Amino acid sequence: MSAATVVNPVSGVAGRFGAYGGRYVPETLMAALEELEVAYAEAEADPAFHVELDGLLHHYCGRPTPLYYAKRLSEQLGGAKIYLKREDLLHTGAHKINNALGQGLLAQRMGKQRIIAETGAGQHGVATATVCALLGLECVIYMGDEDMRRQELNVYRMRLLGADVRGVSGGSATLKDAISEAMRDWVTNVRSTYYILGSALGAHPYPTMVRNFHRVIGIEARQQVLEMEGKLPTAIVACVGGGANAIGAFYEFLPDANVQLIGVEAGGRGTALGEHAARFQTAGGGVPGVLQGTYSYVLQNDAGQVSLTHSVSAGLDYASVGPEHAMLHDSGRATYVSCNDADALAATVTLSRTEGIVPALESAHAVAEAIRLAPTMATTDVLMVNLSGRGDKDMGILARELNLQGALAHAD
Amino acid sequence: MPINFAKKPGIVAYLTAGDPDLASTKSIALAAIDAGADVIELGVPFSDPLADGPVIQRASERAVAKGTRLTDVLGLAKELRTERPACGLVIFSYLNPVVRLGMEKFCAAAAEAGADGVLLTDMIVEEAGEYLESMRVHGLAPIFLAAPTSPDARLKAIARASKGFVYAISRVGVTGTQQQVAGDASELVARLRQFTELPIAVGFGISNAAHVKAVGEFADAAIIGSALVALIEKTAPEQAAAAVGAFIAGLRG
Ligand SMILES: Cc1ncc(COP(=O)(O)O)c(C=O)c1O
Repeated sequence: MSAATVVNPVSGVAGRFGAYGGRYVPETLMAALEELEVAYAEAEADPAFHVELDGLLHHYCGRPTPLYYAKRLSEQLGGAKIYLKREDLLHTGAHKINNALGQGLLAQRMGKQRIIAETGAGQHGVATATVCALLGLECVIYMGDEDMRRQELNVYRMRLLGADVRGVSGGSATLKDAISEAMRDWVTNVRSTYYILGSALGAHPYPTMVRNFHRVIGIEARQQVLEMEGKLPTAIVACVGGGANAIGAFYEFLPDANVQLIGVEAGGRGTALGEHAARFQTAGGGVPGVLQGTYSYVLQNDAGQVSLTHSVSAGLDYASVGPEHAMLHDSGRATYVSCNDADALAATVTLSRTEGIVPALESAHAVAEAIRLAPTMATTDVLMVNLSGRGDKDMGILARELNLQGALAHAD
Repeated sequence: MPINFAKKPGIVAYLTAGDPDLASTKSIALAAIDAGADVIELGVPFSDPLADGPVIQRASERAVAKGTRLTDVLGLAKELRTERPACGLVIFSYLNPVVRLGMEKFCAAAAEAGADGVLLTDMIVEEAGEYLESMRVHGLAPIFLAAPTSPDARLKAIARASKGFVYAISRVGVTGTQQQVAGDASELVARLRQFTELPIAVGFGISNAAHVKAVGEFADAAIIGSALVALIEKTAPEQAAAAVGAFIAGLRG
């Protein structure tokens, strides 16, 4: 199906990225989305909002995050110089706090006392629970039962922070189902509740707003790489779940046509539908459709039923992708590749042992692509990886998958 | 156009097509029509029914697991149209199965099946350009949802874009049964009335004769959804049609 079959809006509705994006929600939510759109535009234009946000990003979250030259890894691979944008060093351990904090302040400004959010890997849930604790807001987090099991440590963290974590058993009991349940809560409590969506997904204005709260990643990285290398990177690599960290890393470089932008999706354990979360994969990939408020690529069967997905990383395990990435994919400005579970696990070990940095399994997908790419590049090339989060949350999975309890771990 | 609420209040019966299977949905729909339902809404099951509560979520999951497709539901509509020429028929779907089939192809097929109207849960008026054009070309009635949270300007646009009837959501929230008809409902219908002469049907949570009577005081029709789906869920498949018929017959008191 071509993008030309998109359900065209009457007029130039805001929130379109080429053919993608838009607003496809139950009517009950429309007043709330319109209210949010206005409140966000006002906050965006208000210097006081930015002073408060930037102050907290600096003093509370630890921005700017370093851009780190991974010397040992680069030398071992014998190609491009690899730089890591260290979002893993942010408070709570991932980029997610950039957006959670921005939206939390916005909710407070709008007078909403009750916050809801979905979470996959638990990083957005932890970031949201953290912001709610900081701002004194009530916090309810929806999380698929399967994700609660595999990211158990983050469930405890959220509860410690005072959040009410509610398991979701429907569908595949992962991120997609958590989003549906959060939307049901929002429809029911729309008058009192603010929904902090955790990725560049959903109905307008979310994809634009979430991207803007993550733009700081690319803004800092651009300045840092110019200072350190005196030139722009040859390529930037980021993992793509919903696409928040990737769009944040890419956005400032969009006009720089010679900077390659590479998104890495979850290749899971095979190319058949249901075995991966690679929406842009050529064979067995997604086709444009509508899921959870936006028009973008969706993994689905030929009857339009959304398919199950698989990834070792909960944060990439989602059947659709942010609409701005769909546009960048079609225009060719960014390219999207996939990395399978095994390569992500191997990259986790490699980065841990060459640099002493344990990446989140999501981020490990980007690291794996960098490891593949670097040796094909010149030593004068600069390859920037957005290291979106750290791997503490994944210790249970890593212990099992890498047999860390056994003797094999030492043999590699 | 058979969307017509001659008796007041009219009764609209929502069924998740394919739950427990398509043949049962057909006999249940026929029983509902014969017991006095004016319009049948044939719900297309979807993998991610985010506007629905647990009852319709479970029904959708069962129907999707059976492999029920949008094209199967259109086939069922055609059979119902052949057997009951005078009843109102609306195809009720989330957007994605329709987009996957193709909007124009879908509207052509729905018209060919003899449907009177279409309701797309996650389609709002602002995004409906191509949809409205295809619906117009094929002589189908686009039915939009109006919510208690919709400001007057939105209600006006919704009323303008709708044909057949306007679907007023009785309260904020997802589908599901409730104790009594919310005060939100009459207020919403009164606001909608300023903008349209179309019949206004009230749905979400309408589950018994008392609710239908209450809705009849201020609106043209009551939409029964989760209560029917729950009844079908707890009744043996071979008895479901009779049970639904008896239930509908009892709704107008
Ligand atoms: C560390 C980390 N990276 C990446 C992602 C994927 O999200 P996105 O693509 O929206 O950045 C997640 C999501 O949970 C995450 O926790």
